[in-house]
Amino acid sequence: MKTKRPAIPYLGWMLVFTIVPLVMVVYYAFTDSKGHFSLESFRNASVYSEVFLYSLLIALISTAICLVLAYPLAFSISRCSQRAQSMIIMFLMVPMWMNFLLRIYAWVLILQNYGPLDMILNFFGVDITLIGNSGAVIVGMVYEFLPFMILPLHTVMSKIDRSWIEAAQDLGCNGFQIFRKIIFPLSIPGIISGVTMVFVPTASTFLVAQYLGGTQFMIGDVIERVFQSDHHTGSAIAVVLMVVILGFLVVMNRFGDEEAVG
Amino acid sequence: MKKLRSKIYFIIIMAFLYLPIIYLIAYSFNDGKTSVWKGFTFKWYEALFNDTQIMNSLYNTLIVAILASVIATVLGTLAAIGIYNFKGGVRSAIQNVSNIPIINPEIVTGVSLMLLFTFAGVMMGFEMGFWTVLLAHIGFCTPYVILNVTPRLRQMDNSLYEAALDLGCTPIQAFFKVVFHELLPGILSGFLISFTYSLDDFVITYFTRGSRFQTLPIQIYTMTHQRINPKANALSAIMFVVIIGILLISNFVSARKDKEAAR
Repeated sequence: MKTKRPAIPYLGWMLVFTIVPLVMVVYYAFTDSKGHFSLESFRNASVYSEVFLYSLLIALISTAICLVLAYPLAFSISRCSQRAQSMIIMFLMVPMWMNFLLRIYAWVLILQNYGPLDMILNFFGVDITLIGNSGAVIVGMVYEFLPFMILPLHTVMSKIDRSWIEAAQDLGCNGFQIFRKIIFPLSIPGIISGVTMVFVPTASTFLVAQYLGGTQFMIGDVIERVFQSDHHTGSAIAVVLMVVILGFLVVMNRFGDEEAVG
Repeated sequence: MKKLRSKIYFIIIMAFLYLPIIYLIAYSFNDGKTSVWKGFTFKWYEALFNDTQIMNSLYNTLIVAILASVIATVLGTLAAIGIYNFKGGVRSAIQNVSNIPIINPEIVTGVSLMLLFTFAGVMMGFEMGFWTVLLAHIGFCTPYVILNVTPRLRQMDNSLYEAALDLGCTPIQAFFKVVFHELLPGILSGFLISFTYSLDDFVITYFTRGSRFQTLPIQIYTMTHQRINPKANALSAIMFVVIIGILLISNFVSARKDKEAAR
């Protein structure tokens, strides 16, 4: 079993279907339609810098909401019996297996004008439009990605030994001290992977904004639209997105490593 | 008191996750297209099953998912074994490249493959369709197989394989009699993850499908984009029932296995 040969087909595969396509994106981003080196595409792409920042902001808010919602839930799940835990985790995963467009479509139905929520609010005399704004997009994102935050948090929290918490209690810690000295430090790896698993897809997703956000697109939608007519500008935006996401991952990784050392 | 509070909180989150789906399913039985309830009907289900386009795309989705997950499983298992035998820096470099499709935003993977396939299509005279979707799916499934098989390789005792060789097995025989069995749980979970990801993929399929090839997620997009379509509700209901069914069966099977193991 010392042979490297079984990897050869996949090494070739990666060259053709992973490396070459990325090289092509970078090539298109840095050339004009005649194939000469040019930064024109990036200049064109800069029109969308506001959309870009908007997408990052939406991703940031959605990730923060997911973290706040998921954290206490993951902790209380981790204190249940083994059997109950696996049951609950299973029920958390069911919605994840529904097609993501259908889940967003469900929110279109719920938030639409004359939809159920709108009717209830009207009944109480509140007249606001629920769909076609950033709030609706954030609700959709949180709905879509909340389980991705709960699961990694639960994984690390279920490894926190009950006796450590009891020991802290015996030594006179109050609830907040237990959280600050034991639960929080031990859950940091879960926070990091949860934040990564929510932030990256929310920042780069497309269609959620088209379904729920009205005319305000996100960067994923822009890439799709621009790509229909102009591969060069589209590639430039994709390169910027890729660099930002990679930077984010590197920072998160570094953060995780430091925690592991300290 | 504290227990009660966390129970209530748990119920609120579960309601948040499930109510939209339940609402979606409830309105698949509504005899009208708006959110006004107009009476009970099965007509959207009838319309769904009579829609040859939808049934056709269901068929396409299953074919792609089966082929992609089988091929990705074979390719990925072999790759995991080969990569495992590389040393230090080279190995982690290969693993990093292999993880690119997982780490990269899906949309970037999608457009990059679209560029490749359009270019290759012009050069070699083909159009995007079934084959390009299949290739793309194999591409994003294989890394998951590798990620699932590699830990099993690490746990495996290499002397078992050598023992099989000493006892007269050819390397191929030794592989199937020893290594394959040791890796099987990892191979299976890699296969299942690949299958479900392929079934559900929208973004990468969207960019690599060309103009005619339809899969179910693409069909869902056509049905629900900027319009209300109760057939999508009916489809959700069916998918939900299938998912719950699979979960109950798998739970039942694993519970029985636990019982047998306990005996």
